[in-house]
Amino acid sequence: MDGDGLRLNMNGLDYLILALYFVTVLGVGIAARRAIRTSVDFFLSGRSLPAWVTGLAFVSANLGALEIIGMAANGAQYGVMTVHYYWIGAVPAMVFLGIVMMPFYYGSKVRSVPEYLRLRFNRPTHLLNALSFAVAQVLIAGVNLYALALVMQALLGWPLWTAIVVGAAIVLAYITIGGLSGAIYNEVLQFFVILAGLIPVTVIGLVKVGGVNGLMDAVRDSKLGEAGLHAWQDTGSTANPLGAQWIGIVFGLGFVLSFGYWTTNFAEVQRALSAKNMSAARRTPIIAAYPKLFIPLVTVIPGLVALVTVKGLGAESGDLQYNNAIPLLMRDLLPNGVLGVAVTGLLASFMAGMAANVSGFNTVFTYDIWQAYIRRDRPDDYYVRVGRWATVAAVVVGIGTAFIAAGFSNIMNYIQALFSVFNAPLFATFIIGMFWKRMTALAGFWSLLLGTLVSLSLYLLYKGGVIDFNSDLEESFWGAGLAFVTAVVVAAIITPLTAPKRDAELRGLVYGMGGVDLKGDVLAGDAVWYRSPVLLGVIAVALAALFYIPVF
Amino acid sequence: MSNDGQPAQDPLIDEAQEEQRRSAAARLFDLRRVIGGLFVAYGVIVTLIGVFDSAAEIDKAQGVRINLWAGLVMLVFGLLMLLWQWRRPAEPPAPNEKQPGT
Repeated sequence: MDGDGLRLNMNGLDYLILALYFVTVLGVGIAARRAIRTSVDFFLSGRSLPAWVTGLAFVSANLGALEIIGMAANGAQYGVMTVHYYWIGAVPAMVFLGIVMMPFYYGSKVRSVPEYLRLRFNRPTHLLNALSFAVAQVLIAGVNLYALALVMQALLGWPLWTAIVVGAAIVLAYITIGGLSGAIYNEVLQFFVILAGLIPVTVIGLVKVGGVNGLMDAVRDSKLGEAGLHAWQDTGSTANPLGAQWIGIVFGLGFVLSFGYWTTNFAEVQRALSAKNMSAARRTPIIAAYPKLFIPLVTVIPGLVALVTVKGLGAESGDLQYNNAIPLLMRDLLPNGVLGVAVTGLLASFMAGMAANVSGFNTVFTYDIWQAYIRRDRPDDYYVRVGRWATVAAVVVGIGTAFIAAGFSNIMNYIQALFSVFNAPLFATFIIGMFWKRMTALAGFWSLLLGTLVSLSLYLLYKGGVIDFNSDLEESFWGAGLAFVTAVVVAAIITPLTAPKRDAELRGLVYGMGGVDLKGDVLAGDAVWYRSPVLLGVIAVALAALFYIPVF
Repeated sequence: MSNDGQPAQDPLIDEAQEEQRRSAAARLFDLRRVIGGLFVAYGVIVTLIGVFDSAAEIDKAQGVRINLWAGLVMLVFGLLMLLWQWRRPAEPPAPNEKQPGT
């Protein structure tokens, strides 16, 4: 372990593996083209996909750049506590989305998350959310792209701009040609390629440190110490690696941040809306919860292995930053062959993340901005063309924001924090609107706007040094919580003062108003007990709780 | 939740629902063939590399013949995907009509 230079020793066969992947991904995009005739085909895969496909795409859309690299980094930095991001910070929200919220999303036939707001509240609420979502997706796509380019530069020695343009061009090609089907099919493929890349690193890493027991002993001797092996033990105070109390973990991460992200983020929900019927749509996030339960095995464990085997890991800058945990292990442990698969897996994860942002963007831009406010009543083909151009625009702007991101050293943390905070008021507005039929359109608008402004102000005050928090993470817990409370209070104050919507307008959108048909489009075979969304969801949550026992 | 009636109507959504009648989504190919194909190819390549791995490569991987094992696992996974597709071909999606029992 010489520590200098992350450059991998890739040979021709490794590049062959990478090239095969590129060809396959483009082929999927081209082959998906013949299944596109209408805008619903292009933006929602014609609502035709089976649940296992949409479910794996759902989890893959989240396995982007920041996820794999970042969670391994968190594993090295915070230890086993990182599992909170999965078992309490994802699985319950995914199950909730499938069981409780999906009947309203899928049943009302809305084509996007902002469109739900248009039906439930009014056009200003819709436009506010559509615009903020569109801007956020392009920015995040740029950050993904930049992260991709950084890794390619470090690992393969490609110049930054080459990596950015090549990565962007491939994603652009398969989404422009193949629409959402191209994106989703590739996400499922990417899911398997990512695992094929990460599992060998994990296995050899474990062999190197002497198995699970060897790893635990080594972590006890590391700078994390015994605390690095426990998820809950020291959460009565903030004296634990994450610096968070259990109440912050449960309500901040497990409730507001996680429900905000998983249940209202259209880049995720879109995968479920493309499912072929109500049962498949409800099972989409729940099927995704199962792989999500196990992903810490291939992110947190490599992070811990890197912590105990790479001397000096955790530097502020240079090659030994926590973010390089997985690339460093790949360099040190993988021979040519599986090395090529691992590099392909990393690339696949970047593409999956970026494709989710871009396909979410083009749908919201076309349906919720262009069709709703700029050009109404054009033929359907027109909107497919708009969608294709929106994809091109998103990728080009994404390249631009990637170069902006290149100018900041820490922008990924900031953008993550910023947008996780954007999601909290949105979730509050949704959840009240879905369960309280009296909530008025104006109340929806002001809840969303003021909630967002409050969290944004807190963030800016924190960054400006006016208010102090222990960590960025603590700030995002508080920002999300405050935004949530603001949205609730605003809804409670404004609703009694304004006129409610008529009951007929709320059918299929609000709990208890009827109009939701869970069984009407059921296919033969969906009625069997092991395809019951509620049963599958309960098992997923129970497993998440069980998994905590050995690492309590 | 009651089952009576339809959700609230909206002109934009109704138009899209109308267009969906001429959807071409049924022409979408079966993804299992692509996953199976790619993993069989990867499996063959990586297994072959594994067969010819030198001592240096095996030492780098802590004495594990990782190429051989990973290659074989990918090969088996790819074949299973193809087998699944062959045994249970996709039913054509029919989002607008209720399907009779199979």
